[in-house]
Amino acid sequence: MSKITTEDVEYVAGLAQLILDDDSKERLVHEMGDILNYMDALNELDTEDIEPMMHVLDLANVYREDEVKKSLSKEDVFKNAPKSEGDYFLVPRILDNTES
Amino acid sequence: MEYEVVIGMEIHVEIDTKSKVFCGCKNEFHAPANSHVCPVCLGMPGALPVMNREMVNKSVAVGLALNCEISRWSKMDRKNYFYPDQSKNYQISQFDLPLCHDGSCEFEVNGEINKIGITRAHLEEDTARNDHTQGIGESGIDFNRCGVSLLEIVTEPDLRSAEQTYAFLNHLKQTLLYLGVSDCNMEEGSLRAEPNISVRPVGQKEFGIKSEVKNVASFSGVQKAIEYEFKRQVKALKKGETLIQETRGWDADQGITVPQRTKESAHDYRYFPEPDLIPIAVDEAWEQEIRESLPELPLARKHRTTEQYSLSDYDAGVLTASREMADYFEACVAAGAPAKLATNWITGDLQALISDAKADITNIKITPEQLAAMIGLIEDGTISGKIAKDILPDMFESGKEPKVIVEENGLVQISDLSELEGIIREILTQHPGPVEDFRSGKMQAKGFLVGQSMKATKGKANPKVVNQILDQLLNEE
Amino acid sequence: MSQEIIQKTAHELHDDLRSGATTATALAEAQLAHIDGHDDKVKAYLETWNDEALAQAAAIDDALSKGNDPGLLAGIPIGLKDNLVTTTGTTGCSSQILKGFESPYTATAVQKLYDAGGVMMGKLNMDEFAMGSSTENSSMQKTANPWNLNCVPGGSSGGSAASVAANEAVISIGSDTGGSIRQPAAFCGCVGLKPTYGRVSRYGLIAFASSLDQIGPLTKDVEDSAWALNVLSGKDPHDATSADLPVPDYREALGKDINDITIGLPKEYFTDSLGDDMRQKIETAVDVLKAQGAKVVEVELPHTNHGIAVYYILATAEASANLARFDGVRYGFRHPDAKDVKEMYTMTKSEGFGPEVQRRIMLGTYVLSSGYYDAYYKKAQKVRALIRRDFDQAFEKCDIIATPTTPASAFEFGAKSQDPLEMYLNDIYTTTANLAGVPAISLPCGLTEQQLPAGLQLIGKPFAEADLFRVSHAYEQNRGFDMGHAPIA
Ligand SMILES: [Zn+2]
Repeated sequence: MSKITTEDVEYVAGLAQLILDDDSKERLVHEMGDILNYMDALNELDTEDIEPMMHVLDLANVYREDEVKKSLSKEDVFKNAPKSEGDYFLVPRILDNTES
Repeated sequence: MEYEVVIGMEIHVEIDTKSKVFCGCKNEFHAPANSHVCPVCLGMPGALPVMNREMVNKSVAVGLALNCEISRWSKMDRKNYFYPDQSKNYQISQFDLPLCHDGSCEFEVNGEINKIGITRAHLEEDTARNDHTQGIGESGIDFNRCGVSLLEIVTEPDLRSAEQTYAFLNHLKQTLLYLGVSDCNMEEGSLRAEPNISVRPVGQKEFGIKSEVKNVASFSGVQKAIEYEFKRQVKALKKGETLIQETRGWDADQGITVPQRTKESAHDYRYFPEPDLIPIAVDEAWEQEIRESLPELPLARKHRTTEQYSLSDYDAGVLTASREMADYFEACVAAGAPAKLATNWITGDLQALISDAKADITNIKITPEQLAAMIGLIEDGTISGKIAKDILPDMFESGKEPKVIVEENGLVQISDLSELEGIIREILTQHPGPVEDFRSGKMQAKGFLVGQSMKATKGKANPKVVNQILDQLLNEE
Repeated sequence: MSQEIIQKTAHELHDDLRSGATTATALAEAQLAHIDGHDDKVKAYLETWNDEALAQAAAIDDALSKGNDPGLLAGIPIGLKDNLVTTTGTTGCSSQILKGFESPYTATAVQKLYDAGGVMMGKLNMDEFAMGSSTENSSMQKTANPWNLNCVPGGSSGGSAASVAANEAVISIGSDTGGSIRQPAAFCGCVGLKPTYGRVSRYGLIAFASSLDQIGPLTKDVEDSAWALNVLSGKDPHDATSADLPVPDYREALGKDINDITIGLPKEYFTDSLGDDMRQKIETAVDVLKAQGAKVVEVELPHTNHGIAVYYILATAEASANLARFDGVRYGFRHPDAKDVKEMYTMTKSEGFGPEVQRRIMLGTYVLSSGYYDAYYKKAQKVRALIRRDFDQAFEKCDIIATPTTPASAFEFGAKSQDPLEMYLNDIYTTTANLAGVPAISLPCGLTEQQLPAGLQLIGKPFAEADLFRVSHAYEQNRGFDMGHAPIA
């Protein structure tokens, strides 16, 4: 019994915007299951009183001053764009339910 | 069964920083699409955000104005979702440690003080704009707004009517303008208000199922959306339907709300701490520094204006509607104008001139000192109120001193007794009829004679003196 | 002559260029010719910048002839991992989704190399988005280990390590998220340094896992590593996580004695899973340090065994967000058949990302998804704190921790790519330094029975790279053997 199901894999693929064929789903159920099982070894540690570590650097308050800097030239903005027209990047039509 | 509506607000405010929140691109609304973008706000590979210090300062100012606690330790998080209004497909926002939290805000509704709880105010970045007019089957994206400093203010569900909500929103906007942290321009999207609306039977403690209404472009739209949602939800409940928690869009043309985005996974945003940004630690000293820089806020200023200048609640409210007008008023009084007269002139003739010129009190030519000087000329009898009304547009146009205008146009009031006596004797001789009428007891004939005297002096005669002389001459014989 | 010149180190060439023994142009030409002659076998480079390199070299020669100092690395041929953005050439992270990307800006670290006069030779192969330990996950080509062409060069900075080992670059720049500089350096017999997190700006390094990534040099010897770090280090206003600390002249640490140094040996690293051959290499290396006056003690790093799990939770979670931006909107590949935005995302990503990248995005998305955050991500952050605490405590007893870099030497192509978990476990000795944010270096410490290089890892205290260089240099100068050159070099 794998730690995760095909439905889990499909749900996560939906969040990640990936299309998986049936073979890939099957494979990922096992691979991810194995890896997650391995990760479960962390549960043997008592971390009740431990603060989660977000940064290894003991830093706070790093800011930039509110100064306007040069933006990119139009050429640099669009030079890698798969599709653009005039001043805009173009994408295929946005359907309402796109946001996953 | 009687129902009541329960409303909480989510308000997005674009904070008026010169550059965007995480990069040096200019924060400017009117610019060609994609002209204010760089590797950071375009989400180019390898680019990293760095927090704008002024964004923190201004957000703390808002938090303090809303009586919030300022977090001593706060961090940014990534909110993950795919939509072409983001360049990175995550929005840098704050999840569990907002910069400002647990505040409250007092505001007036019809002269009564109301109070609303402020849940939190957190930092985030604004989104790109999608332009659906770019041709068939395609959408254009403009990333100029992507990464603009944005503060999201979330209130408690403390509001109980559309009218109360409207009053709160206006008060909040007034406060933000007082603070100078945003231009609050709703047409340009600098201020966006989204109500969460639910209904419940009167007397019930538990909240109902709420709907979140988006795409509302004005405060009156919010008011209408609340009224609509209240009716819709009550109707559904009365029919025995079960409401679902959902996001609905406001259709201003039809005056209705319609369901949006109902996918189940819609809210699995997978928040986690933004590893590219360093925690924000506003200590007591920093908080104090910002607190000391806060201006007097609208309610306090209104209250003080009422007390200090012995003005009515209404007058004080009009004068303190904006910080700039209140400043103008106080400068005018400081320059010697009596408070009530200054109020009348500012909220009356001057305001009308400003409105007609579509100008702003901060950039008009007539200074508060000049207005005070003009009022002084009325007070000392140099000009009449009538003349003052005539010269004000001239002052507004030219920025000239009132005294100069009066002298240039020979508008000084005639108060000289012997000069006026001569003129009035002449008039009495020319109009024996009314003189006779008056003497036979028809008091209103005097009005005619005053009018003739003013006419003869082109309005420059001091009406008080004219009356005095008339009384004297008419009673002589 | 040209064979000889490209075998030299940066510090040797520095003197040759100033004495007039050679010119930057001659060096660049020799380097390009050597790449041309060898890279069809090694396949380290994705692209070379011949014209730009020669133009740069000419400018360096011009400056030198006028008596100007064109910088510490003037004229030195340098190779760049394909995840460092440059306005020259393309930057593709060895991925189909970014192939051909022309960056409008240059990474800070690379700009510093340019400013120091370094001559950039081109872009080096890597595991796609730095995800892998063998460079087999590159979507572009397979890079071979110059010591044995049937073996992998390690990864993810496989191209960087192979280029230095094959003398196709004097210095290469890599990035290290869980061992991606040190492991390939060990496999290819060169010196690989992962600096303290925050020492080198990450601006312009295409992120894999932002809280772990660090840029560092792969070099022929320790002295070059110190020279390179001198140039790469420093606070960058574009990277909030770069440390605002002074940068010492690391060259001054070289050649000093190590009598005051205590070496800690963590018992958790010397278990049965470590092969006898490798164990013996490390013990011999430690003996060299002892002979130089260092004290040796045993230390404990009790959470070592949990490092891999913590690492793969945090790294994949961060990666799942970092890689979201590759969506076909502003740059890179967009699937031509997408009819709406949703299809643009799904088709572009599914075709543009390779299998390992997709697997990690899936894992990272899963551990962050609703209901699992506390069990995985938050738990991993807590254990990360414990791992850091392990190091802090160990460093109360010692100055430097010595371990193997890898459990074994380079493996053959395909040997581990079937089972991802087994591949992940290969990073067991290297990930903890990233999790703790401490600096670590891998040094060649001899050849195994398979005639493949073995790597000694030395781990230092945060921002104590100077100590790391001092001990590393003492080892290198006194190890009593010459690593020689790879057969393909
Ligand atoms: Zn920008």
